[in-house]
Amino acid sequence: MATPPGTPGIVASDTQRRELPVWRLLLRRPTFVTGALILLFWVVCAIFGTSIAPHSPLAQQLLATNQAPSAAHWFGTDQLGRDMLSRVIVGARTMLIIAPLATVVGTVLGTALGLALGYLGGVVDLLASRVIEAVLALPALLVIFLFMVPLGVTTLSQVLVIGFIFTPLIARTVRSAVQVERQLDYVPAARLLGERSGWMMFVEILPNVVPTILVEFTVRLGYAVFAVASLAFLGFGVQLSTPNWGTDINANYAVLGAGYWWGSLFPALAIASLIIGINLVADSVEQVVVG
Amino acid sequence: MTATETTPAPDAAAGPENAVQVEHLDVSYRVRGRDRLALRNVSFQIARNESYGLVGESGSGKSTVALALTRYLPRNGRVSAGSIRIAGRDPLALNPEKLRQLRAHSVSMVYQEPGKALNPAIRVGRQIAEVYEVAGLGRADALERSEEMLRRVQISDPGRVMERYPHELSGGMAQRAVIAMALASEPELLILDEPTTALDATVEAEVLDLVAGLRNQFDTSLLFISHNLAVIAKMCDRVGVLYAGELIEEGPAQQLFDQPRHPYTMGLLRCIPRQGQRKDHGRLDSIPGFLPAPGQALAGCIFAPRCSIAEDRCRETAPPAFDVGPDRSSRCFLHEATPDLPRSTPVNVELSAPAESAQPVVTIRNLSKTFTSRGQAVHALAGVNLDIERGETLGLVGESGSGKTTLARLLLGLTPPDAGSAIEMDGEPLGGDLRKRGRTQLKALQIVFQNPDSALNRRHTVRQLISRPLVKLAGLSGPALQERLADLVRSVRMEARHLPLRPRQLSGGLKQRVAIARAFGGGPRIVVCDEPTSALDVSVQAAILNLLADLQAKEQVTYLFISHDLQLVRYLSDRIAVLYLGRLMELGPAERVFSGPHHPYTEALLSAVPSLDGQRPQRIRLTGEIPSAASPPSGCVFHTRCPRRLASGICESTEPPLAEVEPGHLMSCHIPIDQLTTLQSYEPMP
Repeated sequence: MATPPGTPGIVASDTQRRELPVWRLLLRRPTFVTGALILLFWVVCAIFGTSIAPHSPLAQQLLATNQAPSAAHWFGTDQLGRDMLSRVIVGARTMLIIAPLATVVGTVLGTALGLALGYLGGVVDLLASRVIEAVLALPALLVIFLFMVPLGVTTLSQVLVIGFIFTPLIARTVRSAVQVERQLDYVPAARLLGERSGWMMFVEILPNVVPTILVEFTVRLGYAVFAVASLAFLGFGVQLSTPNWGTDINANYAVLGAGYWWGSLFPALAIASLIIGINLVADSVEQVVVG
Repeated sequence: MTATETTPAPDAAAGPENAVQVEHLDVSYRVRGRDRLALRNVSFQIARNESYGLVGESGSGKSTVALALTRYLPRNGRVSAGSIRIAGRDPLALNPEKLRQLRAHSVSMVYQEPGKALNPAIRVGRQIAEVYEVAGLGRADALERSEEMLRRVQISDPGRVMERYPHELSGGMAQRAVIAMALASEPELLILDEPTTALDATVEAEVLDLVAGLRNQFDTSLLFISHNLAVIAKMCDRVGVLYAGELIEEGPAQQLFDQPRHPYTMGLLRCIPRQGQRKDHGRLDSIPGFLPAPGQALAGCIFAPRCSIAEDRCRETAPPAFDVGPDRSSRCFLHEATPDLPRSTPVNVELSAPAESAQPVVTIRNLSKTFTSRGQAVHALAGVNLDIERGETLGLVGESGSGKTTLARLLLGLTPPDAGSAIEMDGEPLGGDLRKRGRTQLKALQIVFQNPDSALNRRHTVRQLISRPLVKLAGLSGPALQERLADLVRSVRMEARHLPLRPRQLSGGLKQRVAIARAFGGGPRIVVCDEPTSALDVSVQAAILNLLADLQAKEQVTYLFISHDLQLVRYLSDRIAVLYLGRLMELGPAERVFSGPHHPYTEALLSAVPSLDGQRPQRIRLTGEIPSAASPPSGCVFHTRCPRRLASGICESTEPPLAEVEPGHLMSCHIPIDQLTTLQSYEPMP
């Protein structure tokens, strides 16, 4: 009469079905798809820039300067008669090299610092945290200038300086996430197995704060785009020969008053759309991995 | 055997007179675009001034009933069929204003966490007064009535409590304030959802007494929801047992628990150690299998897959509610066969008797731990002397804040003790800091934490979690590692298919098995079990306790078993240590400590525990709060709450030594043992 459990009809189980991987959850979100498409567009521009641009971004046509948008020049031309559409397309490359690299530098350094401070705690943490707060109190752009002047404007110097500026911000976020993890019982459980600090930080705790780091990375990326554009606008753009959105806004900004709005507007829209794309992705990532 | 349809018998007295009338209620939650039934065809009624209990394990739908009654279901939940009437009104049909009035005047709820039910930014008095203001009283009158209400929930100094913010109150005090607030509107129905689950046993007892008393004063009906069968038995007139969203059995509380007529109820009751049952009397029974996932389509009886007497018809047809006695019903075709339900777990016991060796495995001398909190020294543990014998289970009991967990952490080396403390293992001193302990000492001591969700790294797989101690502590690698891993997985009754999974994919019981396997991986000599089953459901708890007992027999380990559940401690422990404010109050063989004579504190703890087997005729109640460990009372630290304090004043002035009152039984009390025996000689239990 007695039959073993698990008869057809009910699949009672002690385990739950596998969850969907993060990327599939992300693809279900319209905000993510929209943001990702915007990003993808700019990535394509950055990679294939000169081959998809209708004109050479550097070719001057001194007979066709400051032309309003038209069928020949969708985004118009600048004071030197260069095709703005081509400059916007090709300008994506500089941005998409510097901003992500700077964010990676900041994230790697910030994560290492935050992990160490959060896990080890004690006096070092106390002192370092005060220093971090002091650095954060300074206006970021001012600090960037201070470093930029002696280092000189190169891609590397921009990546490093923006990365360093982000380091304390990311460290602070990672540190508080690590402190939450430290309260959980798996930490003493691992200590009872004789695990060393390095293992504790990188194998036990780090995987659990990856979602936080991922969110922080995407949010910071948006700020990095903004920082790179601001620097260029203020005259700290790399090599004047390569098109650069920030530099272009600056160059054409003076003639705005004369009614030549396209020279500033289109690079500005490019920056805005990139940041919006990144933020849409960041929001979805946060909701999926944290929420 | 008459099969009545599921309609509750239309009693002449019932009907509109009932405080609650629920009929054929279906509630479903929409998850990922699919409706999943959380309650199916639930019908019950609560008469005026009746106390109705709902018991069930997690996921049975207990709280969904409460939410549906007050129309507080989350946005993805809806009542898909059936009807609800509260005090003659249908909350599902009310417009927002009428619904607000119903909630303001007719129904109140008390939740598990008093801290979350109170607004942290508003003084307690103000929050209670608001209830009266909603009812139309002026500000001054409302405050006056609030004070009166707080007095009625036995808060001795209501004026002061009203001035406080919720975080300044202890858990028991806060829960009283919540109850005061709930009763302020003199509701017709009071819903209590696990109201004492977050409280200590002594506080729980007080709150339960209070609720029972107030219910009569206020002429209120109660819907009491709990997973704790004993609490329900104590508090309720009638009980309904929920399983996977169905009300499978219903009846008067005492009858239902004495003679369950559904195999699930029967199984649940067998999972709990009762009437002084001990591990050497036999294993607890457990319920095999798992709760079906919510919303599964079921052809027959929902319990059939886990039922040991299920027949073909059980799997084909859903059983109706059978009338199984006056006012009793059971949704089981085989309700007559229920009393003879075969056990799912064999009774036979293999026990390791504690080795009669002369030398204890661990000796603890003068163990103290002082924390500093806001510049104040808090003595979490003050001069504890304790020997742990080889192969025994030492139960550690006491209220929260008594130092149980601190003692365990010091022993494990997770927290260094104060200077002057000494812990030795096999005569070798144990370093206060883990990093100073060698591999042998590291291997020897492991722990099973209360909450496996916190204790298992959620990013690691079961394989990683269980192999790590084998690598680190047992020093295994290659095929030897794989072999031992398979062995270990088998010994905690898990399967190879679980190895690649991560903790969140496992059920609570399985997670705890992983934690146990990890603790045993290195071949420990002492395993600290810190409330290892209190996060688990009753049916799972029994299986974990049996596993712990089996492993002890096989591996010859010593357990330090910490629990607030005295029945569990009694079931599993050979000896028991009772802690209060960081001091050892009593230490002795489990049976002696339980049967008495015992320390007045132990006596109070025991009287606080609700039991399924009738109450002790004489009970002492602890009143007042646990004093702060920062400024412990003079003399005997227990004297401020001790109901048996001596009139001579010695209790206030001198701390009693821990003295042997009979062989192996130590007590720290001024009252002579003979006198305690007389004082504590109860009437024999019925």
